[in-house]
Amino acid sequence: MAEEGQQHPLKIYWIMWIALFVLSTFSYATDFMDDGALRTFLILLFMMVKAGGIVWIFMHMGWERPALKIAILGPPVAILVLIGLMALEGEYVEDSRLEHYGESTFEPKAVPHH
Amino acid sequence: MSEAVLDNEAQGTDGLVEDWSRDKQVFGVPWGKAMMWIFLLSDTFIFSCFLVGYMMVRISTTDPWPNPSEVFALEAFGYPVPLLLIAIMTFILITSSGTMALAVNMGYRKDRNKTFWLMVATAVLGASFVGMQAFEWSKLIAEGVRPWENPFGAAQFGSSFFMITGFHGMHVSAGVIYLLVIAFRVKNGYYEKRGGNYEIVEVTGLYWHFVDLVWVFIFAFFYLW
Repeated sequence: MAEEGQQHPLKIYWIMWIALFVLSTFSYATDFMDDGALRTFLILLFMMVKAGGIVWIFMHMGWERPALKIAILGPPVAILVLIGLMALEGEYVEDSRLEHYGESTFEPKAVPHH
Repeated sequence: MSEAVLDNEAQGTDGLVEDWSRDKQVFGVPWGKAMMWIFLLSDTFIFSCFLVGYMMVRISTTDPWPNPSEVFALEAFGYPVPLLLIAIMTFILITSSGTMALAVNMGYRKDRNKTFWLMVATAVLGASFVGMQAFEWSKLIAEGVRPWENPFGAAQFGSSFFMITGFHGMHVSAGVIYLLVIAFRVKNGYYEKRGGNYEIVEVTGLYWHFVDLVWVFIFAFFYLW
């Protein structure tokens, strides 16, 4: 299959395209929800489903051999470690700033309407 | 582009072991595609570093973080609609990903005319995305947002915004040029003289879909979170 390149029926692209439109509408709709765990969960859920669809269908990763899949999709998992470390570090830096400099005295301006 | 060589019938886990262990070409794809994937992998790390950096400064600042929903709102029909322009930009980029996917398909069918026009449509949509981003930037700059300060809250908001969207916009701009170069080569028969192989359209498509992919993450983490 790989020798002849990635040829697939057009239908699957149309379905993916429509799915991306619907999922993006859902993503945008989360902006009208109240902040909370549910909203965060939905933001991440729609993000991952959209990203998965783009990589799997549009970028044809779903049809590639496992050798390429693992070489490309494996290494980014390491980023999760960086996210974890930096989240911890961020909390620590915030705590030490609060301890040494106290609460922020910054008075934000109201956002103008356009 | 060289022909892909893969004389390996094994599938699944056996195929994986075979591909990596037989002292021959590992990936059964043309080298252009393998190299594009490896470049995109390195680009994934660059964008991840930006987004993780953004997370870190957002967590660690003691100044209030501005609400992106308000900062990026636009007045429409007399009401401020949150993230209006950003939503339009998102849909434009998705549309361009769709036209690109069709262009790849038409390329493999050797329909040069359709491939050309679909790639041009993708480039036009990409250029309009960059145009809207320029509008967004100039609006925020006019309101006093800078990479080092921000009247609506934490200064780090300005730094992350210009850094992340700027780097992404640069990728889109480069992609528009890349698309146009390949599109005109498809049209003028450049690849016909090289064996009529249109795998290059798929390689270009990989880059373009990646730009859309990065926007999915920027939209979720920077604009919605």
